Amino acid sequence: MKSALLRFAAIAVAALTVGGVTARAQDNMNDPYREPALNALKGKSIAYLPISIGFDLAQAWGGVIKTEADRYGMTFKARDPNWSTDAMAQAMTSLIAEHPDVIVTQNPDLQSLARLLKQANAAGIRVIQMNMQGAIQTDAFVGPDFISMGQQEAGMMAKACGKDTQTSHKIAIVQGVLTGGVSYYQVKGLLEGLKAHPEIKVVSSQAADWDASKARAVTETVLQQNPDLCGIVDVWDGQGVGTGAAIKQAGKQGQVYFLTSGGGAQSMCDRLEDGTFSAAINYDAPGMGRDAFTAISALLQSKQPAGSIKFQLYSPTRVMTKADVKAGTCWDPQAYAALLR
Amino acid sequence: MAVSRSKRSFSQERIVFLITIALFAVFAVELNNFLAPSNLLALVRSVAVLGMLGMAMLVVVLGRGIDLAIVANMAISVGWALQLIAGGMPVWLALCVGLAFALGMSLIGGILIAYAEIPSLFATLAMATFIYGFGRAHLITGTDVVYLPHDMGPVVQLGQGMVAGIPMPIVVAAATAFAAYLFLKYTKPGRFIFAMGDNFHAARIGGIGVRPMLVFQYVLSGSATFLAGLITATSVGAMNTRIVNSNMIYDVILVVVLGGVGLSGGRGGVRNVIVGTLLIGVLMNGMTIMDVQYTVQNVIKSLILLFAIVSDSIINPRDEQTGQQGDI
Repeated sequence: MKSALLRFAAIAVAALTVGGVTARAQDNMNDPYREPALNALKGKSIAYLPISIGFDLAQAWGGVIKTEADRYGMTFKARDPNWSTDAMAQAMTSLIAEHPDVIVTQNPDLQSLARLLKQANAAGIRVIQMNMQGAIQTDAFVGPDFISMGQQEAGMMAKACGKDTQTSHKIAIVQGVLTGGVSYYQVKGLLEGLKAHPEIKVVSSQAADWDASKARAVTETVLQQNPDLCGIVDVWDGQGVGTGAAIKQAGKQGQVYFLTSGGGAQSMCDRLEDGTFSAAINYDAPGMGRDAFTAISALLQSKQPAGSIKFQLYSPTRVMTKADVKAGTCWDPQAYAALLR
Repeated sequence: MAVSRSKRSFSQERIVFLITIALFAVFAVELNNFLAPSNLLALVRSVAVLGMLGMAMLVVVLGRGIDLAIVANMAISVGWALQLIAGGMPVWLALCVGLAFALGMSLIGGILIAYAEIPSLFATLAMATFIYGFGRAHLITGTDVVYLPHDMGPVVQLGQGMVAGIPMPIVVAAATAFAAYLFLKYTKPGRFIFAMGDNFHAARIGGIGVRPMLVFQYVLSGSATFLAGLITATSVGAMNTRIVNSNMIYDVILVVVLGGVGLSGGRGGVRNVIVGTLLIGVLMNGMTIMDVQYTVQNVIKSLILLFAIVSDSIINPRDEQTGQQGDI
């Protein structure tokens, strides 16, 4: 690094002595901005602490960030609290003491990590929050705008089950963990959006705890209770597998419009293909990993102290149906998981 | 002792049974469609797996043990088998490997308890952590939810099939319960388990090979566990290994204890577990119909458990006759 700096300085001095003839300097060097950018990244450390490394979204984010970190000579290390908020808080505390340059994390809920994230920022560590905005805003948030996604879902449900259709107008919602942001904000947006469609009746809104078995049991009862149900929204495709299984086993595939959302792993394409999901909103988890690395790169190059620039990077989303599924449309979590091992 | 308790007119089993009947009656009157045959099937079906795990636990608890590793064993053994199938292994072979894993793990647990004489509570707690940790580190290396491969063949019927209009999970659970009943009631090893649970040392002096019997109990529990996992995976379409972190193991203990099976061993039977399981089924089904949130459902569930235990200890106070050393 030192020699690169020296060389750069030498070239700069040479360029100046020539009398500010920049055209001459460019003959010697391709791009005067490349070195400073690379130097801002080289040797920096990234710590990755999602709520678990065992699920597809976190594997894609981490896999992409690690690949890019390797490319620019940065160190990357991942911690796996395996769904335990306590273990996560402990890991965050020890990370603050280790003082990496950047922490990429994912809030399990609004409050649990808020104080620690503030502390990390105060200690000069840049903090990027994935998928769920906590109570504290840090350098960057990367994730879909779940409230507008909920509103979009309301619009789609209105199209499938609204007043222009010959249906019962009855829909059901399967939530995740009530306090989890992905679930909370999505349902909030959904209910807001449904206000414009008073004919639609939400007959059930139950939490399934991110567990497909619970989603299956809840949906089975709801379908039994409302045989004329028109549609179901499940806030995550991982548990939506169970919801879809219940619809299929009740013989209602095709009758019940089933909408869900997720990061676009292969399992999403498979379920769209076999008709388990009628439609899915894909927020492209590897794309989020790229956004996160872009944020890291921008923050490190900006040379501003941690926590001084704060921005929200909302991920693009895309509605997918069976027609959109082609080979390679979805990604394979195994490949990303292998990168993190 | 077991005889004197079950002869009482208001044993815990009776109390729980009455609560179940009462709740059932209230729901039947208050809720539309509660009595519809399809709802009753859904009700039983939703607790079929829980009941099967309850049977696995029963066999161990009757011998004054406890198996905290059953949920971990179920998730990892079935999850691994599914992953092997997705990787191209023939279905039957992968299932055999999964079953062998489940049996092997419960065998190790049983040996630790019977020969190394580690208390079952600690041995199985450690085994649960080991099975999950080993499984996630070396067997199920991708995502922690293993999806059902498309080409599973007839095995899928275990979770999705019907026999004479009755969903397969209920049929399998009923068959498991019946087999457990026959085993405990009419076979020698079954009676030995009661003897060991009632008085371990007397059973040993009486000539029962207590160590192999202990191992056998855990292996039996492991096989029921694998079957329960297979039903979960085929009916849901995925095996979620994350359930190891959930409170499912407490739910299993709940249905066993709720029905009146003593954790100190030797007391209870298949009927108790069925009663406990049905109460949970009726509760969950009714509350889902009423759209009660899942977190609130947990509160209500625990209140009912407390109510059953408190009324049991008021109606059947402990004394020197009924109390047993090692009662939890």
